[in-house]
Amino acid sequence: MYRITGKTVLATGVVEMTIEAPRVAKAHKPGQFLMVMNREDSERVPLTIADSNPEKGEVTIVFLEVGRSTIELGEEFQVGDDLFAVLGPLGTPTHLDRVGTVVVIGGGLGVAPIYPICKGLREAGNRVVTIIGYRRKDLMFWDDKLRSASDELIVTTDDGSFGMKGFVSDALKKLHDEGRPMDRVVAIGPPIMMRAVAEMTRPWEVPTTVSLNTIMIDGTGMCGGCRVGIGDETRFVCVDGPDFDGHKVHWDEMFARMKVYQREEREAIASSPSCRLYFETLKR
Amino acid sequence: MSETVDIAALGGVKEGEKKRPRSKDRRLEIACQSVEARLKNFDEVALGYSPAEAVAEAMRCLECPKPRCVVACPVHIDIPTFIGHISRGHFVEAAEDIRKYNNLPAVCGRVCPQENLCEAACIINDTNPNNPIAIGRLERFSADWQFGHSERRADSVAKAPATGYKVAVIGSGPAGLSCSADLAKMGHTVHLFEALHKAGGVLMYGIPEFRLPKTIVQKEVEYVQALGVQLECNVVVGRTMPVKEVLDEFDALFVASGAGYPNMMGIPGENLNGVYSANEFLTRVNLMKAWKSEVGTPIRKPRRVVVVGAGFTAFDVVRISLRLGAEEARIVYRRSREEMPGRGEEIEHALEEGAIFTLLTNPVRYIGDDNGFVKAVEVQKMELGEPDSSGRRRPVPVPDSNYIIECDTVVVSIGQTPNVLIPSNLPGLATRWGSVIKVNRETYMSTVPKVFAGGDAITGAATVILATRAGREAARSIDGYVRDPNRGWYPPAV
Repeated sequence: MYRITGKTVLATGVVEMTIEAPRVAKAHKPGQFLMVMNREDSERVPLTIADSNPEKGEVTIVFLEVGRSTIELGEEFQVGDDLFAVLGPLGTPTHLDRVGTVVVIGGGLGVAPIYPICKGLREAGNRVVTIIGYRRKDLMFWDDKLRSASDELIVTTDDGSFGMKGFVSDALKKLHDEGRPMDRVVAIGPPIMMRAVAEMTRPWEVPTTVSLNTIMIDGTGMCGGCRVGIGDETRFVCVDGPDFDGHKVHWDEMFARMKVYQREEREAIASSPSCRLYFETLKR
Repeated sequence: MSETVDIAALGGVKEGEKKRPRSKDRRLEIACQSVEARLKNFDEVALGYSPAEAVAEAMRCLECPKPRCVVACPVHIDIPTFIGHISRGHFVEAAEDIRKYNNLPAVCGRVCPQENLCEAACIINDTNPNNPIAIGRLERFSADWQFGHSERRADSVAKAPATGYKVAVIGSGPAGLSCSADLAKMGHTVHLFEALHKAGGVLMYGIPEFRLPKTIVQKEVEYVQALGVQLECNVVVGRTMPVKEVLDEFDALFVASGAGYPNMMGIPGENLNGVYSANEFLTRVNLMKAWKSEVGTPIRKPRRVVVVGAGFTAFDVVRISLRLGAEEARIVYRRSREEMPGRGEEIEHALEEGAIFTLLTNPVRYIGDDNGFVKAVEVQKMELGEPDSSGRRRPVPVPDSNYIIECDTVVVSIGQTPNVLIPSNLPGLATRWGSVIKVNRETYMSTVPKVFAGGDAITGAATVILATRAGREAARSIDGYVRDPNRGWYPPAV
């Protein structure tokens, strides 16, 4: 029912996958995510939708092979295989109002989900300046797609092997120092990077949207496992988010909550043959 | 007929004979797993009657001409008739007869609070106190027997000719399943949408395996599908499809999306790791089967558990914790034993299994360790004051009575409210408190034409049998509406 129609390894451990899911493709809006179950006894994994094609009835995800389920998805599943379940699109879509100039930041895997957001913001009449960052040149992907979806594209690598040397936050600071217009910032990527961006824009008073990817089970507002403090309230990432005001997120709490199953995840990886093989290959 | 029952050997009523009820006999206990055994597995605790036991218990029934049990049953199952069938060895007929009134007999036989309903009304209580007919156990027996022994399938059930009307049902819990089954029998085309990857709703994610095996739930779902209901999982109406699209495509829409949004207390420390909503804890274990080592979904094995609340859910959580190996599993409840809303049998089973009750006590804050994991809860003692709106005495804090209970897991089981996804995507839908859908209690019609609602979505969290009843009553109303040339709409007063 949910057939894999395309699979590309974009960089070590980064996999792009296209899946047949006509209802999801038709309803998808930028900023939303889906839940994947590889097999009937697999966990439900939330993954951001990176692109959709309603005509073909397909959605694209880009994921990092980081836990047992994503490693098994990337290593064991090929084009033509069926996934047990795909549910979506979930979450509240990103607000795409016209505000002027929007700086959209994608760090690492976050480069994928900002693609539909850049397109949407531009269609709404914004000028879109995009900053994408990778650790090294050989981990780069989708920079051409992002270039086509942006008015201006800045690429950073941590080691300087491509584009500007440094983090995405360094590129953001440079834009600000140059006095460039910045009516809104959207940042998606590792939590540590989103926090760095939010802390940077706070004194500038530039509204900053971040997209959280916390632990969840159902993705529909039922379990509350994804809850996180936002300002004075507790909110559910799955239904109230995943987008939140980066200046209001209780980052320390969120970081702690991301680690709740660390021990169990290590055990799960150790018990999975695909995971062991994957890590052995990585070492070599 | 494939079923062959030697009724004489079982001590029942032979063909052409008259029944001589043995109502003075004691109610027949049901075999259960021993406490030691069941704490080491997730298998069903109550093992069910054998045919001989079922017939013996059925032989106690007077088959009253004016049965009080039928009146007390929310869906008015013809109890004497189905028990009559059992006492004559017609086990499949018994199940089929129940199905005229209740589409989920294997489920309701297990989880319905019969002790407060049909069995409380049984006339035998008058002469043989505390020995009512074990109606629930007999219901379960006949449904299980049908699943296990009958060649008769749902496709042979009498169905009205196809009407051509299309009805969408949102949510495949007890209300949705019951409504879908009845609408299909009435000849309508029924499309049943489920958000999760398995049908059954709360029967799958909420009620644990040891009270309601998931294979039983799936058999009930398959039965409903065999009636012609088209089930589609992984669809969140309001996200995967706009509600408007469903309204355009179908003649009527029944919202049975349940009460799946967890209530929390809003006290400090509630977002610490190790503090769960009951929904999360139960979903991990029941739906995702985290208790099995080979599945993908993890659960942190609790060692010392504090469960806040004393309803059905709280007892399920406490008993799951003990099966996961908890050394200490404690119910913390702000009222006393008298006011506990849980079912008697569950409370007894929990006590047998070693649950600790800390009553007249309420959490005030959770205390975490340096890594953000809960390590203790600060509680406050309570005393009972004047009765409140629920008729129960209101708990009042006792000054300077706070103390600390150490724990590594807290499960907040203080109730659920309906999900706001459908109301927030349906302009004009009147609700109470933003989530509980308002309907006319006669017609189940909401304030939006074509949209009916029932089950926990209109009441807040209640029981399986009440949801089943709402589903069936709503089906009758929907049937009348789609056939009505004027499509008369009788919404609730707002």
